[in-house]
Amino acid sequence: MEKLFSDFLGYFQYPFVWYAIIVGVLIALCSSLLGVTLVLKRFSFIGDGLSHVAFGALAIAAVMNLTNNIFFVLVITIICAVLLLRTGQNTKIRGDASIAMISVGALALGYLIMNIFSTSSNLSGDVCSTLFGSTSILTLTGSDVWICAVLSVIVVALFIFFYNKIFAVTFDESFAEAVGTRAKLYNLLIAVVIAVIIVLAMNLVGSLLISALVIFPALSAMRVFKSFKSVTICSACISVVCALLGILISILFSTPVGATIVAVDIVVFFIFALIGKIGVKS
Amino acid sequence: MSQLSCKKLCLGYDGHEIVHNLNFSVEKGDYLCILGENGSGKTTLMKTMLGLRPPVRGKVVIDDECKKGGIGYLPQQTVVQRDFPASVWEIVLSGCQKKRGLNPFYGKNEKKLALDNIEKMGLSELKNRCYRVLSGGQQQRVLLARALCAASDILLLDEPVAGLDPKVTEEMYSLIDELNKKYGITIIMISHDVSAALQYADKVLHIGSEVFFGTKDEYIASGHPKGFAGEGE
Repeated sequence: MEKLFSDFLGYFQYPFVWYAIIVGVLIALCSSLLGVTLVLKRFSFIGDGLSHVAFGALAIAAVMNLTNNIFFVLVITIICAVLLLRTGQNTKIRGDASIAMISVGALALGYLIMNIFSTSSNLSGDVCSTLFGSTSILTLTGSDVWICAVLSVIVVALFIFFYNKIFAVTFDESFAEAVGTRAKLYNLLIAVVIAVIIVLAMNLVGSLLISALVIFPALSAMRVFKSFKSVTICSACISVVCALLGILISILFSTPVGATIVAVDIVVFFIFALIGKIGVKS
Repeated sequence: MSQLSCKKLCLGYDGHEIVHNLNFSVEKGDYLCILGENGSGKTTLMKTMLGLRPPVRGKVVIDDECKKGGIGYLPQQTVVQRDFPASVWEIVLSGCQKKRGLNPFYGKNEKKLALDNIEKMGLSELKNRCYRVLSGGQQQRVLLARALCAASDILLLDEPVAGLDPKVTEEMYSLIDELNKKYGITIIMISHDVSAALQYADKVLHIGSEVFFGTKDEYIASGHPKGFAGEGE
């Protein structure tokens, strides 16, 4: 036990461990903030859909040998997010169907492109690490951490600044629009921010597990808390704590980072569901 | 000048016109009830009056004072709202969302306004309760309080008693009546319920295959209500 503990402390000498923890916590914080809104707006699957789009974009960027692929991926993902949240309102293809269509389409095209043009010898390994996150969070550089920190600060600041408007638009879009709030503009803002978060989060948990990062903390918080503010704050706390625990566990037992974080999120969800049940009875 | 008037208004969607050449106006302190069968375009009409969708032809004129004071709206409940984790206080306060202009945070005045309206609707004890655990009637009163925060002159209500039991329906109607008579707020209400319309409203707009606009007495005299109401009597 003592050896385990000293090993554990030993890891903290390495900067990459600190980088992983910083980036992990920041991403967990950002993704949970908008999670509440997305779950309530019935857009739980947008994380999944957009992460597949980001995967497809990443494949294209890799094939084109773009050095700074994060910006390319960001632009493509934002465009898709805007399209998805727009079609969610009133069009021939409903929200869930359009998300499913774009998500599966992007995944297939991304894999196809990687397969045809890739020069890598370990293709399935590449695909797997993009999808499941693998160890890329442990290979972050200082500049990655800075980009992530700056974007996170922007996301959190935007969220706090527009908190009341985001609440109003989430709760009742037609009322908000009737009294003169530009609901469409705020929907656009939500779409852009969620796209940024997803591109950031791909480094951490990979595209398949992003949905979990977005929806689990929100769902857990909603089991127990009763007001929008408390749900939002609680889901941010849950998300940060779970990310921290997940990263530490994965370092200690050398498990995959993304999957470990999600496992912790699932456990917390059941704990909160139980607390919620007991709370209702008493 | 009337608070709100529709001139040669035509409504519809996807190029399909459902209401033609609608002309009517609402004066301050009126209680107008909009009647009509399902699908006759009542909600579309209300959304057009609110500027949420463009008319096919014609126009809606709202006087400046009314525009400045804001228009209160009580939409039909959506699925999203039924299990929404928000307190009564948060929802009522969101009615003030336009009062601060570009400032995104609420100030003292907005908080006082929200408190006053919570009290007016008899919700003081429920202020910190969660919206989703309230009864249907209480939820409607919360939304009414929110609408009152947005506007002090005119309220547009889209089927405010849908899904409520008879006793609560009665309470809701008398609450709306009180807002109209005691505080002089103009009410425009969509309803299915002709007998209630005839009890409380002083003007009636009936849309559908035949269009009628006039006072309640004219409406009764025209023999319109016999068509699909009067079962209650």
